[in-house]
Amino acid sequence: MLGFDFAFLSWDVINKFVISGLRFSAQLTVVAALGGIVFGTLLALMRLSGNKVLGSAAAFYVNGMRSIPLVMVILWFYLLIPFLVGKPIGAELSASITFIAFEAAYFSEIMRAGIQSIPRGQVFAGQALGMTYRQNMMLVVLPQAFRNMLPVLFTQTIILFQDTSLVYAIGAYDLLKGFTLAGKLYGRTEEAYVLAAVVYFVICFALSWAVKRLQARIAIVR
Amino acid sequence: MHWDWQIFFSDDGSGRTYWQWMMEAWRWTLAVAGCSWLVAVGVGALVGTLRTLPNSPWLVRFANVWVEFFRNIPLLVQIFLWYFVVPKIFPSFQAVPGFVLVVFGLGFFTSARIAEQVRAGIQALPKGQRYAGMAMGFTTAQTYRYVILPMAFRIILPPLTSESMNLLKNSSVAFAVSIAELTMFAMQAQEETSRGVEIYLGVTALYAISAFAVNRVMALVERSLQIPGYIVAGGTGGGH
Repeated sequence: MLGFDFAFLSWDVINKFVISGLRFSAQLTVVAALGGIVFGTLLALMRLSGNKVLGSAAAFYVNGMRSIPLVMVILWFYLLIPFLVGKPIGAELSASITFIAFEAAYFSEIMRAGIQSIPRGQVFAGQALGMTYRQNMMLVVLPQAFRNMLPVLFTQTIILFQDTSLVYAIGAYDLLKGFTLAGKLYGRTEEAYVLAAVVYFVICFALSWAVKRLQARIAIVR
Repeated sequence: MHWDWQIFFSDDGSGRTYWQWMMEAWRWTLAVAGCSWLVAVGVGALVGTLRTLPNSPWLVRFANVWVEFFRNIPLLVQIFLWYFVVPKIFPSFQAVPGFVLVVFGLGFFTSARIAEQVRAGIQALPKGQRYAGMAMGFTTAQTYRYVILPMAFRIILPPLTSESMNLLKNSSVAFAVSIAELTMFAMQAQEETSRGVEIYLGVTALYAISAFAVNRVMALVERSLQIPGYIVAGGTGGGH
């Protein structure tokens, strides 16, 4: 077919290059999504706290992160982290820290919208029950905000999964790198990129289909 | 640590200063982003419109496939597809410069997102607008040209603004195929000079300035196209 030859893709190659790369991409996605949601929620709470200093610090961080290309953020952290901790750290660890910090900015905007979508009456009800701010947030507001925003959070996580391929800039071993290396080794660069595209497509398409299903279910319950 | 801003005025070994190199790289970034923007908006508007056509199920299907395809593959992989795979399938592409391939890659990638916004914008219009066009005796093409699209484009200007800023940021991915843009400059100059912090600060500032400029220009467009009675960011809205 058009001079393409996919025969190099044996189980051996898949095991050696693809699976390990996929495992790192998946790990990075999960770590960054969980860390990003935790820190993003904190940033959102800071912005909505009414405290001017906390609010503008969080706004500065979020807007700053969102105005820089992700590749530059990856490069920045890769340059600065060794400087701060005093010894070189691997590209993989650096990527994890970067993605948590970067995604926190994006997730904070989602969580902020989610928190603001909760009717004020809910907050007043919590207060009337004598709840502290912390209890009110943890037991009343955040669970609902999180639930309302679940589809958006998942959609952002799919985008995050696609973005993990940008660790290419610092040479971390992810799914794309696995295919690139396999392609180089067998002299099949083009085929390797086609396969990478297929794998990414299948994963992302399946995930976004699942999110659509989830969205429909949540919509009915509400 | 101490700063060494002089680095920008030292020679990079080919007779130009790092400052001049960075400015050149900035122009490449703006060129990639600008050209890709034209492709993205043109194709995105077309595909987004096709997705809403009333009596052409095949065109709708084609447009939906287009969006799913370009949305579910990472941009970097798409760039590699354009750079390595397309010239292999179509040998005539071997003579095409990398810049053009990146413009198509980034443009088509973004077109899927813009098509999604255009579709949403068109479907946000009340059905009556379409019927009004039909009542005037317009053909489908005329209805879109004179009634639906002018309104839909005004509706999607805010999301289009943030997509345009995304596109500018995404142009950094062009470093992967050695386009001499800002990120490429940042990586190379960092390696040559070991003054990474100064270099990165310069590049980051230029990205931020460019993104801000895009934002302002789009706000200007939004205000100048505003229709009285509709709510527009920055406008007073007015209305009935």
